[in-house]
Amino acid sequence: MALTKADMAEKLFEEFGINKREAKELVEQFFEEIRTALVSGQQVKLSGFGNFDLRDKRARPGRNPKTGEEIPIEARRVVTFHAGQKLKARVETYGGEQPTQEQPAGSGSSAAQTQHPLSDDTE
Amino acid sequence: MTKSELIDRIADKQSQLSYRDVELSVKALTDYMARALETGNRIEIRGFGSFSLHYRAPRVGRNPKTGESVSLAAKYVPHFKPGKELRERVNSSFGQVPIQPQSPSQPE
Repeated sequence: MALTKADMAEKLFEEFGINKREAKELVEQFFEEIRTALVSGQQVKLSGFGNFDLRDKRARPGRNPKTGEEIPIEARRVVTFHAGQKLKARVETYGGEQPTQEQPAGSGSSAAQTQHPLSDDTE
Repeated sequence: MTKSELIDRIADKQSQLSYRDVELSVKALTDYMARALETGNRIEIRGFGSFSLHYRAPRVGRNPKTGESVSLAAKYVPHFKPGKELRERVNSSFGQVPIQPQSPSQPE
């Protein structure tokens, strides 16, 4: 299940008792202030999570991959996200795409290794 | 803008919640987001964007100093895809406002 703004407001209510209307408004403000900063040309750095950076891209010739038709891509400004070290470390060892059952097996002696479910098949 | 500046900006506009409430909440929000990704869930914020995990296959890397090869396990990395509103609003600022120079920073 994807985390949504409604879920985040609900959690604020549960954890801090912030009333639901105010929690919802706060979550909205949180994302709006980040957007506003980016629109005003400011990078956003959220410690423990990551940085939202801005990049200006030059125009370049593009192509419609279906038709092969050439379409120029205009110069534009884009947002890029760079996860911080802490977030990278937290997600790195995530063990599977679906909540799979624990597999006591394990090739060799290092049982602590996490494996992707797709790479889990035996040859 | 840092997290503490974000807290200040939200608190300035808040009539209901105390500074402390805003501070706790903003810190909690980034933690909820990290926790969602950590447990393999996506984050979907309409008008802002979505965060998901991308799989990186195991590979043999090399220690650039010694040239020794090291086997690197498969892993997941966070990925962000900006939503339509964010994309459009940011792009419309192109040519209007310069990108402010950033403090040289490694994301924490």
